[in-house]
Amino acid sequence: MKTRCLYATVFVLTMSIGAFGNASELPQTSIYHLDVRLTDQHGTTHSLDTYRGHPIIISMFYATCPNVCPVLISTIQRMERKLPADELAKLRVILVSVDPENDTPEILGQVAARHRIDLDRWKLARAIPQDVRKIAAVLGVKYRKLPDGGFSHTSVLTLIDTEGVVRAHSAKIPGIDDSFFQAISGIMMPASDQK
Amino acid sequence: MLLAAFAAADDLTDGMATVGPGEFHSVIPEGKEDAAIEVPVFQLDQRPVTNVEFLDFIKAHPRWQRSNAVQLFVDTSYLSHWATAIELGPDVDAEQPVINVSWFAATAYCEALGARLPRWYEWEFAAAADRTHADARDDPLWRQQILNWYATPGSKSLSLVGQRAANFYGVYDLHGLVWEWVDDFNALLVADDNREQGGADKIKFCGAGAISMERKEDYAVLMRVALLSSLEAAYTTQNLGFRCAADLSEGSL
Repeated sequence: MKTRCLYATVFVLTMSIGAFGNASELPQTSIYHLDVRLTDQHGTTHSLDTYRGHPIIISMFYATCPNVCPVLISTIQRMERKLPADELAKLRVILVSVDPENDTPEILGQVAARHRIDLDRWKLARAIPQDVRKIAAVLGVKYRKLPDGGFSHTSVLTLIDTEGVVRAHSAKIPGIDDSFFQAISGIMMPASDQK
Repeated sequence: MLLAAFAAADDLTDGMATVGPGEFHSVIPEGKEDAAIEVPVFQLDQRPVTNVEFLDFIKAHPRWQRSNAVQLFVDTSYLSHWATAIELGPDVDAEQPVINVSWFAATAYCEALGARLPRWYEWEFAAAADRTHADARDDPLWRQQILNWYATPGSKSLSLVGQRAANFYGVYDLHGLVWEWVDDFNALLVADDNREQGGADKIKFCGAGAISMERKEDYAVLMRVALLSSLEAAYTTQNLGFRCAADLSEGSL
């Protein structure tokens, strides 16, 4: 009994500084309020705001996904090729796996190599299952494990601005969603033009 | 200090019942075939979380007070039935189930206790029981009792928790009081073939019916699935509460 109380107390103290962030400067709807840990393809752990200050395309996928996920990656890359070089240099991409059990950093690194992903600007990441649920929740992604080991999941690209506020969603894959694409450039405009 | 007091007052497994292990046929099978779902043993709050319990939580975690909680995590009706951010007021009973809570807030509450929200299959498994049977779902009389609740006007004030008989596992109010969040609410209603190209757009706009619904006679449970699948994590409503669950660890009995 005593042991469990102590455990619970330690847990509460840990969670209170860990589970949900409290960055007071952030906009109310910034996804950076969510304090979760991402482990990237190098095995390095980051907070969700690792690319704060950059416009980011964020989505969810899993490595062994046969069809949609490769198309999702190539769709982002097609958009990247259409961007002016200075805007491309600022854009970042985060893909979070819905399959943390299998998508180790090594596996994620193999996906990156297979798709010639620019790892200076992209992170392929996994997180603990509770954090994956929370990331999906803020992105509005639904995902479900299937008996064959695969997953079904909504394939949505989300564009967030420099402060983590969602600016656009696109479920148009493999085509390029014009309004989504234009929103990328919109975030790049000088702050004085945005307000 | 407050944090420690909160934890000590609510020892994790106090008020929890042990449910399972077992297997059952869910209204939403994992795959295309209606194969049985295995549910490992787990612990489930005997009662939905009450207003006073949630009040204790927000006192220890002020960032979850309605005046402080960020919009990413809660909508504008979060805890709106309370008189103030830190007082229930005369119209709210401490022992009513807490409502107007988002998935994020419910998750934070359970995590603060070292617990979690129940997963859908856990909730459905526990809710299949009547007073004396682990699975009473084939009993038309029992199904009718549950449906009668759905037919009751929602304007009546909420009963207090634990007023009706406990079920087979010693759990109260799984039916007949409030809807309840589950951990994986955003795993419901995704098409099995969504990995195929073209599926993504469809699921975005017509989620209903995307996964196969079995046991069509279980209207009451299917209504839960439909409701939960329509929610977003920051939503709050005046008939949606929650309870916590935990894995059964060594030595916690």
